[in-house]
Amino acid sequence: MNHLDAELKMLRLDMLEMFSLVISQLEKGRQALTTFDKDLAREIIMTEKRVNSFELKLDRDCENIFALFQPVAVDLRFVLATLKINSNLERIGDIAEGIAKFVLDIRLSPEPKLLEATRLIEMFDTSISMIKDVKLALETEDTALARRVFQKDDLLDEINGIANQTVGDFIRATPDRINQSLNILSMIRKLERVGDQAKNISEEIIFYIEAKVLKHRSKEEKK
Amino acid sequence: MTGSSIIEAKNVNLFYKDFQALKNISMSMTENSVTALIGPSGCGKSTFLRIFNRMNDLIDGVRIEGDIRIQGKDIYAKGLDIDELRKKVGMVFQKPNPFPKSIFENVAYGLRVNGINHKNYIEETVERSLKQAALWDEVKDNLKKSAYALSGGQQQRLCIARALAVEPSIILMDEPASALDPISTAKIEELIYQLKEKYTIIIVTHNMQQAGRVSDNTAFFYMGELIEFDSTKKVFTNPEKERTQNYITGRFG
Repeated sequence: MNHLDAELKMLRLDMLEMFSLVISQLEKGRQALTTFDKDLAREIIMTEKRVNSFELKLDRDCENIFALFQPVAVDLRFVLATLKINSNLERIGDIAEGIAKFVLDIRLSPEPKLLEATRLIEMFDTSISMIKDVKLALETEDTALARRVFQKDDLLDEINGIANQTVGDFIRATPDRINQSLNILSMIRKLERVGDQAKNISEEIIFYIEAKVLKHRSKEEKK
Repeated sequence: MTGSSIIEAKNVNLFYKDFQALKNISMSMTENSVTALIGPSGCGKSTFLRIFNRMNDLIDGVRIEGDIRIQGKDIYAKGLDIDELRKKVGMVFQKPNPFPKSIFENVAYGLRVNGINHKNYIEETVERSLKQAALWDEVKDNLKKSAYALSGGQQQRLCIARALAVEPSIILMDEPASALDPISTAKIEELIYQLKEKYTIIIVTHNMQQAGRVSDNTAFFYMGELIEFDSTKKVFTNPEKERTQNYITGRFG
């Protein structure tokens, strides 16, 4: 393996580790919410610092590779994609932290009826599975899998689309839970963003492997 | 720059008659590292390189001041055995300079002039050196062929194998790839990356990208002065001195 290959391999391993870290943050967020575990929420907030420093490390590694090796073609696309995937992952880390803060903020344990009506857990599961899919797509260089992530996002959009109505109805019926309801609404918005980040990552993986730019294209064009 | 330093130069001045080519240079190199010397033509980088195997001694009117030590030993001390020094400090030049001999004899040469004539030992050393120089697979069936029959890139790797045969600790390289095509250049660069596991390497290069690719530390020379010496990552991403930045970004020099 030549020197640049060795550097790129390290970069890839580090990026996959960043993926794992962020996925674990989201999973803990889901658990902290469903079990109303404030200690776990605090742990997420602590771990967010690690996500941030990991982001800086990956950025620095990319900068060094550009400066020292001037990668071209597929290598160049890989480093460019890494830079962008890295910032998407960091934002997902922020979202997990935001969710943890909501859990800390809620006084009473989340109302099961509200969770059910808003389909929040379904949203969690879908967004986590999207991130896992893009991670696997990168690991196995599988652009078909990366493309399937675009379809999964439809579900998140659907749930997000009716969230105002659902939460509004719940508040009218249960006005003493207004704070909690608004927090849940914010979580829905955040998880919808996770879906968008996963789609962005998918686009970067396809750019890296196929040299195709899918940004700002319609869903039909991305197939 | 971690690890123990194998080479240390302190307050080195070098004059060619009245002309001062090196001005108060101090730097040290750690073991098993690659140090790149960069800078515009005439900046003193090759002169500095040649200090370490006393190649400048051959030039008329040269005067060297300062303290230069390899593995703690003053290499300009009176009575120092220069042949011993050059065995420890091998050198590879810009243009491949094989001897008009067979491939095998080129690599065996250093051993023979050192009085070694144990056949098996010589054969083993030739094979090991050619392997280390990433040339063995290409020449193993033609060891008796003239070195001149090899391509430029192969000749350069042969010269590296010849330098390795006498088991040096340090290898000086003076623009070792500047006369080679891109593929041969890539091979030499890869080789440098592998060789640093066993050797300490100092390389002079005009090719800044090459310095970035192969070296751990980079020294930027300008008009006989050492402007900046730091990790290559630092020099190529955020140099301390504006002159270094201007040079590596191609804005002067």
